[in-house]
Amino acid sequence: MYAQMVKSEGSNEKHTEQDTAFQARIDAGEKIEPKEWMPEGYRRTLIRQIGQHAHSEVVGQLPEGNWITRAPTLERKANLLAKVQDEAGHGLYLYCAAETLGVSRDELYDMLHSGKMKYSSIFNYPTLTWADMGAVGWLVDGAAIMNQVPLQRTSYGPYARAMVRVCKEESFHQRQGFHIMMTMCNGTDDQLRMAQDALNRFWGPALMMFGPSDENSVHSAQNMAWKIKMNSNDELRQKFVDETVPQAEYLGLSVPDDTITWNEERGHYDFAEPDWNEFFEVLKGNGPCNTERLEARKNAWDEGAWVRDAMMAHAEKRAQRKKMAG
Amino acid sequence: MSALFQFLLRQGDNTLVLGHRVSEWCGAAPALEEDIALANTALDLIGQTQMWLGYAAEIEEAGRTADDLAFLRDAYDFRNLLLLETPNRNFGHTLLRQFLFDAYQVPLLASLESSTDQRIADIATKAGKEAQYHLERSQDTVIALGDGTEQSHTIMQDALNRLWSYTGEMFESDIVDEAMTANGIAPDPTSLRDVWNTTVDAALKLADLKAPEDNFAHKGGKNGRRHTEHLSHMLSTMQVLQRSYPGASW
Ligand SMILES: [Fe+2]
Ligand SMILES: [Fe+2]
Repeated sequence: MYAQMVKSEGSNEKHTEQDTAFQARIDAGEKIEPKEWMPEGYRRTLIRQIGQHAHSEVVGQLPEGNWITRAPTLERKANLLAKVQDEAGHGLYLYCAAETLGVSRDELYDMLHSGKMKYSSIFNYPTLTWADMGAVGWLVDGAAIMNQVPLQRTSYGPYARAMVRVCKEESFHQRQGFHIMMTMCNGTDDQLRMAQDALNRFWGPALMMFGPSDENSVHSAQNMAWKIKMNSNDELRQKFVDETVPQAEYLGLSVPDDTITWNEERGHYDFAEPDWNEFFEVLKGNGPCNTERLEARKNAWDEGAWVRDAMMAHAEKRAQRKKMAG
Repeated sequence: MSALFQFLLRQGDNTLVLGHRVSEWCGAAPALEEDIALANTALDLIGQTQMWLGYAAEIEEAGRTADDLAFLRDAYDFRNLLLLETPNRNFGHTLLRQFLFDAYQVPLLASLESSTDQRIADIATKAGKEAQYHLERSQDTVIALGDGTEQSHTIMQDALNRLWSYTGEMFESDIVDEAMTANGIAPDPTSLRDVWNTTVDAALKLADLKAPEDNFAHKGGKNGRRHTEHLSHMLSTMQVLQRSYPGASW
């Protein structure tokens, strides 16, 4: 997901009475607020998860930003601008949520830029045609929704509230993406070909967004007990496939997986696992765009340093002048 | 080409070309707040383009749409100010260009609110609120960057030196403007100069920036006679899908 494979920091800590009371609050469905006591592991795990989520929103501007200057109509250009602006806004809410846990945005940026913190693997794939703007909205925002809707009930108050705002916009993005796909599928042969090609390229990476199976993961169990993670990866992936396959059929596109069949007994679609070797390569930095994405973010940060310095200097000078004026 | 059609193209091409330039910043701004603000500015400008070019297309009565006008005209048919097609160069340059234009656009739109053409008055009312907000932001940023550090001051002074000769075109009046003024549709551009000077002088003073003495003005954008080399590069990107797949809908 936007926060893939978040290791839990809780598993090797000794349980105290305070921990038990804390867990009881979570079990009772209470929200944990910034000033309240929390286990160190809970705090650190949340920082990692929210930080990774925030970075994903910010890096996520890039693959779509790649097509803003080439959007084919004024309306599509406006919609895409609005979407990318929303994603930057999501990044902002999430960094603010992380700040309540005692980590600054600049510290999180440093960790992103130095490779200590990750962002979602999906943004390391290139956007090659206009149909990718459809596929990203439909599949990537669609997959994000699967994960973020339950996170509205997560135990940490600021994170849960950020998710409420984010989810409203994500479903709009998903519809917009689907609409682009529909227009292309009802269009010329070239457009249909672009749409199919986009689905071919994004299907596997979209399934990988949920992360590998975590049924036997200790980290996952702790995070679920803390209600930082709400569902297993397989559960969400299945839900995504069940919703997406009929949509692809409706579009007249074929999902690039010959094994997909409706399993009457399970009440779900059977489908093939994505290529997990590819996934781990992307995490290691070997995705098609890892270098470019990180470079783009670092450049933006480095080239903007003089602006941030000047803004600070100006604010200080102003305060100084005010003081002098008495 | 009727004078009204040309006037509307000028408005729509200004917002289209500047909106495009600003949108090139996506994901590359100095801070997340600036990413949001730049996307928002671009979004406003593209929205205004839809209104201006939409009306232009109706007036033309040639069966073209706003999208046809945006994506299927060549550079010599564009009627935007040269200032707006200059490249982004850096954040300071981008915000100064924005400020120099906003300081012009705000009084222009305020005057257009009482245009004898009701459609224009309506567009101006909506766009005016956005332009006012853009002006406040670009003005504050220019002041902050001019005043900030030695480095930022140098960058801003360089940007001003570079852009200054592109500001005069805003106040040039030609037969299209004369026709608009005669019908009470739009103000004479020359009449906007004083307000612009007042706004710009005040901000430059606070920013500790000096306008060049030479008031030479590059021209050729609003009448389409001689654009810069930058415009056709911009259009080759902007128009690529419409040009590559004629007749497709998106
Ligand atoms: Fe988002
Ligand atoms: Fe989104």
